[in-house]
Amino acid sequence: MMRPRTKKILFSFSLLVFLFFYIPIIFVVIFSFNDSKLGTVWTGFTLEWYGSILQNKQLISATMNSIYLAVITTIISTILGTLAALALHRYTFIGKKSVEFLFYIPVVIPDIVVAVALLAIYGLLNMSLGLNTAVPGHVAITISYVMLVVLARLSSFDNSLEEAAKDLGANEWQTFWKVTFPLIFPGVLAGALLAFTISLDEFVISFFTLGPGDNTLPVLVYSMVRLGVSPEVNVLSTIIIAIMFIVVFVVGLRMRKGGEAK
Amino acid sequence: MRRSFKKAYLLLSPSLFWLTLFLVIPVLFIAVISFTTNGDFGAIIYEFSTEAYTSAFSSLYAKVIWQSVWWAFVATLVCLVIAYPFAYFIANAGKWKNILLLLVMVPFWTNLLIRLYAWIILLNNQGVVNNFLMDLGFIEEPLQLMYSPGGVILGLVYGFLPFMILPIYSSIEQLDKTYLDAAEDLGAGPVRTFLNVTLPLTFPGILAGFIITFVPAISVFVVTDLFTGGKLLMVGNVIRDAFLVEMNWQLGAALSLLLMILVLLSLMIFMRFTSRKDRKLLV
Repeated sequence: MMRPRTKKILFSFSLLVFLFFYIPIIFVVIFSFNDSKLGTVWTGFTLEWYGSILQNKQLISATMNSIYLAVITTIISTILGTLAALALHRYTFIGKKSVEFLFYIPVVIPDIVVAVALLAIYGLLNMSLGLNTAVPGHVAITISYVMLVVLARLSSFDNSLEEAAKDLGANEWQTFWKVTFPLIFPGVLAGALLAFTISLDEFVISFFTLGPGDNTLPVLVYSMVRLGVSPEVNVLSTIIIAIMFIVVFVVGLRMRKGGEAK
Repeated sequence: MRRSFKKAYLLLSPSLFWLTLFLVIPVLFIAVISFTTNGDFGAIIYEFSTEAYTSAFSSLYAKVIWQSVWWAFVATLVCLVIAYPFAYFIANAGKWKNILLLLVMVPFWTNLLIRLYAWIILLNNQGVVNNFLMDLGFIEEPLQLMYSPGGVILGLVYGFLPFMILPIYSSIEQLDKTYLDAAEDLGAGPVRTFLNVTLPLTFPGILAGFIITFVPAISVFVVTDLFTGGKLLMVGNVIRDAFLVEMNWQLGAALSLLLMILVLLSLMIFMRFTSRKDRKLLV
């Protein structure tokens, strides 16, 4: 369909784009094995920095904080988002358009607006900031993603299955747990995974609404990166990039396969 | 679909409660703050004042607003020009499609701070590029590669390019190929088919990509922060400093509200010009 020449040009162009994406990342990975403590001249191979980072207490506590926040966020926004998706899929009601519009706001709102708005409210209420004061913001920006993913799954849902269950004498509760939930479960899981990843990755809201002593991983990375190039950041970045690579490919390939099987 | 006001709102109430309490009310509160008077030491005096807006549009901050809009706009355009052919290639890559898409997802999901840091290694004064050029004798002094508008735009493009690629990719992927065949059968050449069929049909993807790239690009503060050490500013930097350093919440609130209005406007435009099925391009 495409002319061979067009295809060739597109191929070369896309190759350049991939290089643009990956060259900086590759340099981080290379320099994480660099012997030199100072920046960017290669002096020799070492694993020393990998050893020292595993003993970095700040890093371990920031990682634990990030995971804690992501788990709490995921639990709340998965439940709330799924319920909302069920409502929007099943019913027509007054105000539906406005509700839908409201759910799109967190998708497009700049995170800094959410962050300073929450900070202002906390200030008004004289609340002291801690780890949990980041939860409301994290949930507020992830609910919509769960809702939209579950809603997409529901749109291929065959409503007659629920009717059949009811005809056979199941009550609403039984119908939900025995019929609806198992069928939408892949959507709920995908939504939960999305919420977890967004929360884990979230920087701006955490930066504004966490207490002074409570770092998450991105907040810690920010304070380290501001100080310039260092072997610790190289190693930390390499580890995070490697985890991202593995997660994206394992989850991605599995979801693609699941999609094809369906 | 059934009609039931009560049941619908019963299911919706927890999330509506959360979003109202932690999103709508705080943003409205910000709107209120932006019209109050700034007292000593950042105190908020609840007397009506438009001083925050006057100062937001004074020459000092108007310049920051203008350059934020301009840099974000240029970066978004560059993203569009890169993303469209790239997404087109991936969508037509046959069995490689999934692998290539996953290769885009890795930088998409890797934290922005880390990806910007990667460029610092390449571009800073003792960075890879400068060292390389000096070793070759092309330059005597390191080039200031990051501390310029060009550097900031590079950071914005690198940071948000995947946001442009993904919706455009989905819209190209969903394109009904029979339209292309029809155009060809009716005698249209490849250029004409592209301009008259492919481009209009993938327009929702372009619009979605434009919005979700432009909005974070205009409000981000870490790009200018990390690349220029705060020497060059965008709206996000001013908002952050107004809240955390200068204790001028009124100014920060006014600028946040302006951003919010921009976002709501673009969302309304998007919803006006696209169908319900296109909405998921935003996510």
